[in-house]
Order: sequence, then C-alpha cells, then structure tokens
Amino acid sequence: MALGKEGDARFFTTQKKGEMHELRMELHSSDRAIKVDAVKKVIASMTVGKDVSMLFTDVLKCVQTGNIELKKLVYLYLINYAKTQPELTLLAVNTFVKDASDANPLIRALAVRTMGCIRVDRITEYLCEPLSRALRDDDPYVRKTAAVCVAKLYDIAPDLVVERGFLETLHDLISDSNPSVVANGVAALSEIAETSGKDVMRISASVLQKLLAALNECTEWGQVFILDSLSKYTPADGREAEGIIERVTPRLQHANAAVVMSAVKVILSYMELMGSQNSDSIRALTRKLAPPLVTLLNSEPEIQYVALRNINLIVQKRPHILENEIKVFFCKYNDPIYVKMEKLEIIIKLVSEKNIEQVLLELKEYATEVDVDFVRKAVSAIGRCAVKLERAAERCIGVLLDLIQTKVNYVVQESVIVIKDIFRRYPNRYESIIATLCDNLDTLDEPLAKASMIWIIGEYAERIDNADELLDTFLETFEEEDPVVQLQLLTATVKCFLKDPDDTQDMVQRVLDMATEESDNPDLRDRGFIYWRLLSTDPEAAKMVVLGDKPVIEDDTFKLDPALLNVLIGQIATLSSVYHKPPEAFVIRRGAGTGTTNEDDDEEDEDDYEDENDVDGGADLLDMGGLSVNDQSQDDAAPGSRFEPTAPMNLVTGPEKSGGLEVLAGFRQYRNTIRLEMEINNVSANHVVAGLAVQLNKNAFGLSPSTQQVMCEPPAGPGGSGVAVIELVTTPNMLAPVPAGQPANPQVQVAIKNMTSGNVFYFAVNLNFEAIFSSDGAMERSSFIENWKSIDDRNELYATVGDLPSESVDIDLVQQKFQASNVFFIARRPVPNAEGQEVVYFSMRTVTDMEFLAELTFKQGVNACKICLKTENATYGLLAKKALEDLLRA
Amino acid sequence: MISMIMVLNQKGDIMISRQYRDDVGRAAADSFRLQVVAAKETGTEAPVKRIENCSFLYTRHLNMYFVALTRSNVNPALVFEYLFQLIKILKAYLGEEFDETAMRNNMTLIYELMDETMDFGYPQNCAVDVLRLYINLGTAKPQDEPEPSKLTSQITGAIDWRREGIRHKKNEVYIDVLESVNLLLSSTGNVLRNEVAGSVQMNTKLTGMPECKFGLNDKLVIEKDKEDRKPSVDIDDCTFHRCVRLGKFDADRTITFIPPDGEFELMRYRVTDNINLPFRIIPAVQESQNNTKVSIDLKVIANFSDQLFATHVVIKIPVPKNTSKTKIKHSFGRAKYEPEQQAIVWRVKRFAGKAQCIINAEVDLMPTVRSQPWSRPPINVEFQVPMFTGSGVHVRFLRVYDKSGYHTNRWVRYITKAGSYQIRI
Repeated sequence: MALGKEGDARFFTTQKKGEMHELRMELHSSDRAIKVDAVKKVIASMTVGKDVSMLFTDVLKCVQTGNIELKKLVYLYLINYAKTQPELTLLAVNTFVKDASDANPLIRALAVRTMGCIRVDRITEYLCEPLSRALRDDDPYVRKTAAVCVAKLYDIAPDLVVERGFLETLHDLISDSNPSVVANGVAALSEIAETSGKDVMRISASVLQKLLAALNECTEWGQVFILDSLSKYTPADGREAEGIIERVTPRLQHANAAVVMSAVKVILSYMELMGSQNSDSIRALTRKLAPPLVTLLNSEPEIQYVALRNINLIVQKRPHILENEIKVFFCKYNDPIYVKMEKLEIIIKLVSEKNIEQVLLELKEYATEVDVDFVRKAVSAIGRCAVKLERAAERCIGVLLDLIQTKVNYVVQESVIVIKDIFRRYPNRYESIIATLCDNLDTLDEPLAKASMIWIIGEYAERIDNADELLDTFLETFEEEDPVVQLQLLTATVKCFLKDPDDTQDMVQRVLDMATEESDNPDLRDRGFIYWRLLSTDPEAAKMVVLGDKPVIEDDTFKLDPALLNVLIGQIATLSSVYHKPPEAFVIRRGAGTGTTNEDDDEEDEDDYEDENDVDGGADLLDMGGLSVNDQSQDDAAPGSRFEPTAPMNLVTGPEKSGGLEVLAGFRQYRNTIRLEMEINNVSANHVVAGLAVQLNKNAFGLSPSTQQVMCEPPAGPGGSGVAVIELVTTPNMLAPVPAGQPANPQVQVAIKNMTSGNVFYFAVNLNFEAIFSSDGAMERSSFIENWKSIDDRNELYATVGDLPSESVDIDLVQQKFQASNVFFIARRPVPNAEGQEVVYFSMRTVTDMEFLAELTFKQGVNACKICLKTENATYGLLAKKALEDLLRA
Repeated sequence: MISMIMVLNQKGDIMISRQYRDDVGRAAADSFRLQVVAAKETGTEAPVKRIENCSFLYTRHLNMYFVALTRSNVNPALVFEYLFQLIKILKAYLGEEFDETAMRNNMTLIYELMDETMDFGYPQNCAVDVLRLYINLGTAKPQDEPEPSKLTSQITGAIDWRREGIRHKKNEVYIDVLESVNLLLSSTGNVLRNEVAGSVQMNTKLTGMPECKFGLNDKLVIEKDKEDRKPSVDIDDCTFHRCVRLGKFDADRTITFIPPDGEFELMRYRVTDNINLPFRIIPAVQESQNNTKVSIDLKVIANFSDQLFATHVVIKIPVPKNTSKTKIKHSFGRAKYEPEQQAIVWRVKRFAGKAQCIINAEVDLMPTVRSQPWSRPPINVEFQVPMFTGSGVHVRFLRVYDKSGYHTNRWVRYITKAGSYQIRI
C-alpha cells in the first residue's frame, strides 16, 4: 500500500496569499500528476470548510479525463459546490451524459450516481435520458446505482419521476436477476412510498415471493431493506403470516445485528396477526426469539444499547419471551453507564417473586458502585421492586435499611425518596423503620429527599414522639427551601396540627403566615389559604380532607401507554424504538417537492401581484378610513396595495380626561415607517387643536417619536376633527426590558400636550405587532429551513383561527395580504397523506431584528387555519401569533 | 436514511465529512462538538443523541469520533453496523491502529471508499476483498485489474465475498476455535452469570469455488445421529457469516457455505450449560474495624488437565484508593501493587493445569477525612488456555468439495480466553 510520508496531509497546509492563483495554474497543468495533486488540495480545503468555490471552472475543466481517480475527485467537488454554482454546473452536463454511456460500467455508474447528487433542478432534465438507459443497463452495477438514483431524483422532482414512468421501472427491478439490484430497488421504492405517502411499494403475491427469494441471496444491507419493507406489509391472514415468518426466522442467525433486529420486527408484527388459535406456534416463536435477543447483548456497546432499548419495548409487549433470562441483564462492572442504566430498567420489568432474591442481591451490589447516577437508579429500583411485588416488600426494605447504614449521602437520600413510595403503597405496615430514617435527617440536603422525609413525618406524626420538633427544625429555614419542600412542610405541619392541636398551634400559625404572606409562590399561597380557611371554618372537614385516605400507588412510572406501545412495537429497529417516541415526534418531513416547483410558484405570485398593483393601486386606497394620505398614494409603489394595512383605530380617550377631545389611535406601517395615527374629534367648546407635543413612555419595543411636535391636519376647531400622524423610530434606550419568561406587554403609553391649550392628557394603546415588521424580513428558503430546525420545539406556539373571511381561505390572497404587512412567503406544499391540506411557510422580522417563522395549515373547504409559530424571542411570540391571527381575520 | 457521515478528532474538528443528503449541513458538526465532544459525554451518555431533530449516532476509534447524521427514522443497528464496517475497511487499508495522521494522509482514498460503500445514505457492498479489487490507490498493475464487467458482477453478485478463478498451490484451511469465558461470581460464591462466547475463525486458501460443509459437536445434530456417542454441546444460539446458507441451517442445522478467500469469521456461538471453568478462585477479603487495613487471601486452582497450561494469566485484586503499603506473599509469578490500577496485579506467564496457588496480601491504608466506604470492585482475571474449550465444543469435520477434487489440508486450533471473568468480593 502506498502509505509513504508524502500522504494527503500535505494538502492541508495553510493557504498563503496567492496560493489560489498557484492552484489555478496547477489545475491547468498538462502534467496529470500535478493536476491530480491540485484537485486533492482543493478537496482538502473543502473538507476543512474553506471556500474554494472560485476555482469551480478550473476544477470543472479537469473532468474531461480518462483517469478515473481524477474523475472521482472532480465529481466529489462538483457535488459539493453545484448548489451554489448552478449555472456553471450545467457546463459539466455534457461530460456526465458522455460518461453515462462510457464503455466501462464503473464510469457509467459513477456518472449516474454523481448526477443524482447534484441538486440543481436544471440538471434533472438532462438526467432523465441517461437514467432511463441506466435502469435498463446490461450491467447490474449500473442498474443498482440507477435504482438509488430514482430516489434521489424523486427528492428533487417527484413529478418528473412519475411522468417518466421511473416508478414502474423501479417496480420491475424487484424481479431483477441480481440481488443487489433488487435490494436497492426495494430501498428506493420504500423511501418514495414513505415521503410521498403513496403506496408505490405495493407488495403483491408475486412480489412477496420475489422478496423472500432475494432475502436469501442479497447482501446484509439488502436483507435489512427487504425485511423493513416486509414489516410494512400486512399479510392476508394468519397462515400467510406464519408462512412469511418461517422464511424470515433463519435471519435471526445472521452476524449483522441490523438484520437480526429487522427480522425480529417482522416476526413481532406478524405474530399479532396469527391470533390466539395459533397459541402453539406463538409459543414456539417466543422460544425462538429469546436466544438471538440475548446474543445481541454480546455485541459492541452501541448495538447493546439499541438492542436494550428495543428489548425494553418487547418485554412490555410480550413478557414471556425473556422471562427466564433475567440474569443476562445483570450488569458487568465495566459496562458503559448507558448500557447499565438500560439493563436496570429491564431488570425491574422482569423481576418476579421467583427471582427477587437474586435481583435484590444484585441491586445491592450496584448500590455500592462509583457512578452516582447509576447507584441512585439502583436504589430507586429496589423501591420499585417493593412497590411491584407485595411479598418481597419487606426484604426490599431490609436492603434499603442496610444501604442507609452505609451513610453515603446520596444513597441515603435516594432511599428516603423510595421509602416514601413504599409507605404510600403499603400504608400502616412498615412504620417501625421511621426511627432509623429520623436518625439520618442531617444528611438530607436535596429538596426531593427532604420533601419525602417531611411527608413521612407529617403522615405518621402520631407515631413520632418529637414530630413537631423535627418539623420545627425544618421551619427555621422555610424561606430558603425549594418550593417542593415548602409545600410539604405546609401540609405536614397542618397534618401534625390536626393530630395534636394543643402543642402545634403556634407552629401552624407561623407556617400559614409564611406561606400566605411572605411567599410569592402562587401554589404555596393558594394552598396556605385553603388550609387556613378549612381550619378556621370547619376543623372536622379539614381532617377529612387532609388526613383522608390516599389512593394506593402502583409502579407504573416507566410503563408506556398501551396505544403508544403498539405503535412502537411496529417501529422496532428504528430510531423511534430507541427514543420511545413515535416517528412524527422527531421526523420533520420536508415533503416531496419543496425544492424547485415552489420556487417557480413564488415568482409567479410576485408577478401577479404587481399586475394587480398597477391596475387598482390607487383606487383601493381611497377607501382607507379617511386618512389624509391620498395625495401621497399616487406614486405609491409599495407592493400589495390591495391589502395595504390600515391602522386598527380604537378609542383611547374620551373628552372628560383629555380636555374635550375624543381620540382614536392605532399603529401601522406605511412606507417602511412605523406610525401612530390619531383621529382627533374636538368636542370641546373653546380650544383649537393644531400643534401637539408627544411623548412615549418606555415600552417593550423601544418605540419613540422621531419628532416631538406634530400637527393635526386639518387643525380642528371646536366641533371639528383632524388627523395627526406621529412617525416613530426604535431606539434601545426607550426599551423597557421584558422579564424573562413573561410575554411582552403590547401596551404603549402616550402623553400628548395640546400646544394651544396647554392641556396634557395620557392614554395607552396596544401595538398591533405587524406594524413593526420590517420590509426586509424576507428570508432565503434554505436559511428558513435551517432556522426552523434550529429553534427548539419548546419555543413553538400554536393557534387555530376559525371563522375566517373568505379571502383568508385562499392561500394566494393570504400571501398577498401578508406580504403587504411584511409577512413574507417562503413556500407552500400539500400535506402528504392528507387530502386537501396545504401548509404555507412565512417569515417575518421586526425592525428590532427579532425573527419569527410561521407555518400555516389550511384545509380545503374549511374556513379555519392552524398556525404554528417558532421564534427564539419567546417573549414576543404571543404578540407575533396574535398579529397573524388578526391579519387572517381582517 | 443516513444524511451525512463525519469523522471528528478529539477536539471536534472535522477531518472527513461526506454529505449524502442535503437535509443536514456542516453546522450540525458544531452542535455535536458542543454537546458531545466538549461535554466529554461519551461513555456515560447514550451513543444516540438527538439535537434539534437531527439524530447523531456515533462510535469511536482511538480518539476519533465516527458520526452518522440523519433526520429520518433509520434503523440504528444498521447505522452502527455500517460505522463498524467502515472502521474495519479503514483498518484493512490503513492498518489496525490507523490514527488522525493516517486519515489525513489518505483523505481522498477515504472519500472514495465512502462513496463506494454508501449511496444516498444506503450502505452498499462493504466486503474489503472486493473493494480492494478496484480501489487500490493505483498500486495494482493494470494487467492485474479484472475486466470492468467481471468486476461489477463481482460487486453485485450473489457471492460478492469471493472472486472467481482463485488458485492456490496448496489447498489449506486453518480453523481457530476461540472461546471467551464470561463469569460473574457473587461474593458468596454463587454463579450469577456464566457463559462462553465462542467464534470460529477460518483462514482458507482454497482453489476455485469450493463448497464447504462444517460440523461441530452440536447436541441437536448429534442426537439425530444415534451411532455417534461422543460428548456433545448444547449450543444456545449462533450467528453466521453471510456466506453461510441460513435457510439450510434453519432446516437441518448443517453449516454449508462457499468461503471467502483468506481470513474471516465463520460463526459465533453462545453456550451457557455445563461450562468447564478453567480457573477456580476463592477469595477472602477482610477490612479491619477501624478502616486501616485490608487483608486478602486468594486461592487459585487451575481446573484443567495437567497436560495443558495457561498463559498470560493476570489476576487483578482491587484495593482501596488510599492504599499506602502492601505486603504480598505468593508462591510463583510476580505480584505487586499498581497504584494506577488501584489493584494488586499478579502475573503468571505459565500456569500449569491442576496447579494451585495461594496469594496473601496485607494492605495498609492511609487515614482519610471522608469515610466513604470502599466500593469493593470485583477481582478481574485474564488468561489464555490453548487447546482447551470451556464449552467443550470441538470441530467434527470440515468437508471441501470442488469440481477439480483436490485434497485439502486442515488445521484446527483451540484457544480459550477470559472474557469478563469477575469475582465479587
């Protein structure tokens, strides 16, 4: 092997000035070796993230070569930069087309493979011919590459794939004589079926036989593709299911864990269909499944982890499969922590009266290990065993007491927490150990442990001689405690008081005072008040409420909901089964066709727009609420004048407060200026309103008037009216900080002085958020997608707007309307699997640079719309959402 | 499917990144660097990490991260198996211990391999021997290179692990039966877990396309064959190299295959019943009342024929962190306290069968402020016993059929090693 010192690493040396020029010269060299080296240097720069796109044409020239090594390098470069240089990529088309009919099948396949990776829509037209030939190529290597290429093309241009009949060709490939071709054909069809939501991967009886036959012959990966597609097939009846299972079971012996797990998935899903009359076969299958699952635990830790997460589901669904195998889940000392944690979960699920002895010894052993999280989980597992198995509860408690004796801080705390659960599960049975617990009060410093201990003290106050003293010590630090502890303290003290009113009257009074008067935690205050009223009005009722019987708890903390479990069993051997979440929870379908077709739509829409603008631009404006802007509207070139936003005018002050004026005010944006518009009706007897001075209080948007003096146009004498427009700008020093976690207040407080009368009056007006959307808030589709994905789901807001006016049901009109308010259209697409539903994406940015991304879902024939809004500026999210709702309703 | 494969170094810098789909970008590397590499999470956190709906599945080779990124609901086992295969391929090309420098030196080769073994996120043929036929750094002479069309049928064929027309002067097969014994004994001497994980490694040097049939003393096969009274082994489960016809095995438990040329792992198996433990270890560990001393007595018995011997025996007896002094008495081998392992490590190069040894150690402890009790980790034992199988498995036959009917020499070796052989104290 050529592993000399002169490896590719030399290409990584930093690029000095002028090196680009040098590279360029080398790329044009007639010496092939120099050329190859130069391309390698370019690729090296690309790998470390340097921009070498300026060499595009130079690198492209190297593609015309017979040297396959050089060709591969150039193709690698092309794939990377084709997106940013679509025009130039077209220059390479000829080479691709030529290579696709090269005599060497490796080159033919290379050309098809690379073309598919270049996601430039204009290249797709050139791709179709070679692809269609490649799908029928004599050489299986070319055919298998072409099969995957159809899936690539579908991702860019689904319509083209359908139009050219590639789906049918792909379907034919399932009957191909070569197993690799079959495997890739199945993979491509399955993917298309999944993204399109259409049943393009129909499995008929003959297809089924072909798949089962190919299963024996194709590569390990191919087997996985085939098994996964089988798992989506529903057999006609129990007999067919059994027949397929029979063909699939040998796969359980495969060395590749992915094959084994996919086979397990098929078998488990089909077992459901076999029905109860087949209990013998089901039992036989159950026996067959256990050994391969156990064998997976001898693999690499990563595979073990995946297997354990899946086994967790399997033991919940079919506990019999592994009921006798609990020992294999005992942890090795040097297992990675993440494997140990998962094993522990399964141990708890498999624990029974038969094996509890062994399990307890094992858990006790773990509780002495080093890793804190693991130890805590082991301790809590002991408690969960006690809750699960009544007959073993006493032994579990014994072990916990032993552990408490070790005095290891976190072991003691965790023990206290689980003992509380045991008390709740078996009331009045194990209280003898309370004394031991009380000995360890000092060690408790975690809120949860403290709270548990306090709960125990309150619950069993009558059996603890000094319960009130114990509580008293906790009360000293009441104010510094965590809310959980405070709540428990409150309840425990009240319990204590109800059981022994004489000695604890002072204490309960003190707690109630602290809870209701000194705390700013609403939960605590509310509970305090409730107790207070209960105690003061009807102590007997208080007893019934506070000391009443509590429902018995069960160990269901980690059990999945049966419906979810069934979903997940169908998702064995997928990420879904690792996360224990349905795929919808983490897979965001971009859907087919967000790529090119929409871009075109987008442009067309804009064209439409301007047309309308020309036609009725001025006309519509005449209806605009009588504002004195008509004279300016003639040259109004702002797009979307049909939906020119108007300021929502609200009465903000009446004559009694403002010295005889009635004022309606509202915000809007006009020609990229935010303005506060006021309609002033002068109902006073003597004053004239002409010059006004304006001031704004600090507000959540940093708005302030650009000039303090404005005129009322026309000046309004007594009985007359006029309009005043205050132009606003945003400045950071006018910004009132919004407390974290609270929604921003839309209110803007305004002070106006009538310069003629000297009257000053105040009013507040809510900002309609769209008024501060910036006109440059449009976003690139790609950066929208990036941003959309990068924003945490927690910062997501939802709303459903019903009773929309008819024009808000038409997506095209909505787009125009939104655009006029600087809410910019990004893309729209039909929702896969849902007839008549369409989602539309919009972006908006405020003049203060806050970005908001929105997804609107419309359904045909329904005059409602779902809004999903994402933003990093969570505090302003509600405002933005409201703005969209208002726009839709307007 | 997989959207991107990255290789990052310890600092989280991208060394290799190959994008197969455009739904993830290089920016994703940053989130991985911040949340996994920088957090030094590997080892405690799961190898599947979801950051903003992008799933990262990763494994490590030396100090490099091999990361697969996806936004879809992939088969995670498939992803990991591919990553393992990729590492295996790189090992074959760059050497077992290939490091960052080797990666950088062969960047373009690696891209070529990644391109060939995965298309649009779907793994393709990963057989090293086949890859070597056409990805060879230009070292193969043109005349050696097979016809492209032959090559492609090789890559995609039903038997993609073996090429046609192989010739060997001598036809030989070397069979190694390797077993590792896993044992976990509780401190009271109960067997908590005991199993043998075995594998059959083959090195075939055979001409043509030979059909092979292989037999172990598998109980299920032998019971059918009434005349054979030899001792048999109850095999719990086995997995096979993809060359083995699984359907045939499922039907009548015969192992038939056309082998790859050279070394490969034919099968793995697991046995849990009637295991011969090569070493019995009886520990007695006592901590003194005032936590100043630990005394250790350990008896080790080699539980196999005196015709055999064990090599590389290493017994690690853990001692507390605050050990100050040790006094060790033992009859053979070398034993000393190794602070970095927090253990007394006893090494014996050659341990004869049926031999017994007692080791006795007095450990003095330094006084400590925190009286955290000692966690008493288990004693760990390593060994190798040649020509011995813990499970009792032995090779009954290997038959090789080829058109030309040549004679084949067969060589069988057995080695039993310690897997995780632990005794709690």
